[in-house]
Amino acid sequence: MGEAIRVNALTKRFGPLQVLRGIDCVIDDSEVVCVIGPSGSGKSTLLRCMNGLEEASSGQVRVHGVPVHDPATDLDALRTEIGMVFQRFNLFPHKTVLQNITLAPGKVRGLTAADARDRAEALLIKVGVLDKRDAYPNQLSGGQQQRVAIARALAMQPRVMLFDEPTSSLDPEMVGEVLAVMQTLADEGMTMVVVTHEMGFARRVADRVLFLDDGQLVEGGTPADVFERPVEARTQRFLSKVL
Amino acid sequence: MEPMLWFGWFRADIIAEYAELFWRGLRMTIGVTLICIVQGSLLGLLVGMARLADARHAPAKHLCRLLLRWPATVYVSFFRGTPLFVQILLMHFAVLPLLINPVDGFLISGDAARDLKQDYGALVSGVLALTLNAGAYISEIFRAGIQSIDRGQVEAARSLGLSFPRTMYHVVLPQAFRRMLPPLGNNAIALLKDSSLISAIGLSELAYAARTVAGAYSRYWEPYLTISVIYWMLTLALAYLVSRLEVRYGRGDTR
Repeated sequence: MGEAIRVNALTKRFGPLQVLRGIDCVIDDSEVVCVIGPSGSGKSTLLRCMNGLEEASSGQVRVHGVPVHDPATDLDALRTEIGMVFQRFNLFPHKTVLQNITLAPGKVRGLTAADARDRAEALLIKVGVLDKRDAYPNQLSGGQQQRVAIARALAMQPRVMLFDEPTSSLDPEMVGEVLAVMQTLADEGMTMVVVTHEMGFARRVADRVLFLDDGQLVEGGTPADVFERPVEARTQRFLSKVL
Repeated sequence: MEPMLWFGWFRADIIAEYAELFWRGLRMTIGVTLICIVQGSLLGLLVGMARLADARHAPAKHLCRLLLRWPATVYVSFFRGTPLFVQILLMHFAVLPLLINPVDGFLISGDAARDLKQDYGALVSGVLALTLNAGAYISEIFRAGIQSIDRGQVEAARSLGLSFPRTMYHVVLPQAFRRMLPPLGNNAIALLKDSSLISAIGLSELAYAARTVAGAYSRYWEPYLTISVIYWMLTLALAYLVSRLEVRYGRGDTR
């Protein structure tokens, strides 16, 4: 199995605030990795460093060998290979569902309008919101918006998907439908890095769980190892609060 | 022409006699306003973007600040911080003779310069001053509009591989534009009214027509009331147009 993402001695500071204190980890192709930890531990920042939305203070992230934090790297090209799903969906409110999905494939990948639409509709069937294709985002429920956002990211046919707390701003009854879509993706062999508070999902779907605290990677392993037999005291403390 | 009295005091015959002058003035006012709205908006867009210019890494970062942000800031500060009337006078009597001069104009000299100044001097300097002034105000509208768009929109677009210009064009500007419509409309109305100041350097627009008529008859109610009503109608029409645009482009905005 090939290597999808390699994080080397990654640090990030916002002014005086040290958010990441030297992270090292490797994520393989087709692996599903859930990143858990208390809020403010640097989970989202780590994820955002993986596609260059956040600039590293030092260290490097390589995605399929390409260094993200290198001025010579064509970040736009690299990002077409890395899909991202945000906590607050970030759909484009002035575009319909279909236009949200076809924009980047048309402009960046150069798909014809017909091809982009076919691809978008196939993805909308997959995430179960085809009937909303001509609606505007503000006419959709949170769960529907997030599923459209996943379809939008998938339309670029990325090799890696990053999820930044994808269910944290959803009403409880809509969490399940989004997690189901993510589970399907995982089953299909998509490489996924998921920052999440959904411990049930992490336990069920993840190949590996990483526990982050105070900008450090405290512990990592299979869900069984991390959830049932945590070694570090900090992990035990965190899990005792959330489980 | 026979004196024609309306309501016992309004000499309508004066207006009728100079109808042609008012008509030409009206066309000039509309023309100047439209040109300045279009040019001012383009200039405002560029300056607004220049004021937001930034880069990630060292050399480009400093160049952005030195060559884009600072000059743009100074420009906006000057044109918002000085009276438009003074800007028009400065442009017409100081800057333009420097550029277009029969003897030693920077841009144009010789007989061409003499003719140009004679025939179109007031128009050129009036339009220039008004455009520069409008550009400064409009750039602030653009800047505020762009900054009001949620960061997540840019992040989502960039994470899809859209370049910065494409993100601006397809995602940020369309959303910013609908929020900018009301202030842009106000600005267009202000521009229409401010165009009357150009009469001071002799451009034959509406206010100049009124002044000509007032001078000929030593009557002031008739010409100035007439152009007041015309300006009023024009601003009402502009306001209506803007409200129609707001309805048309208002779809999908959740905020």
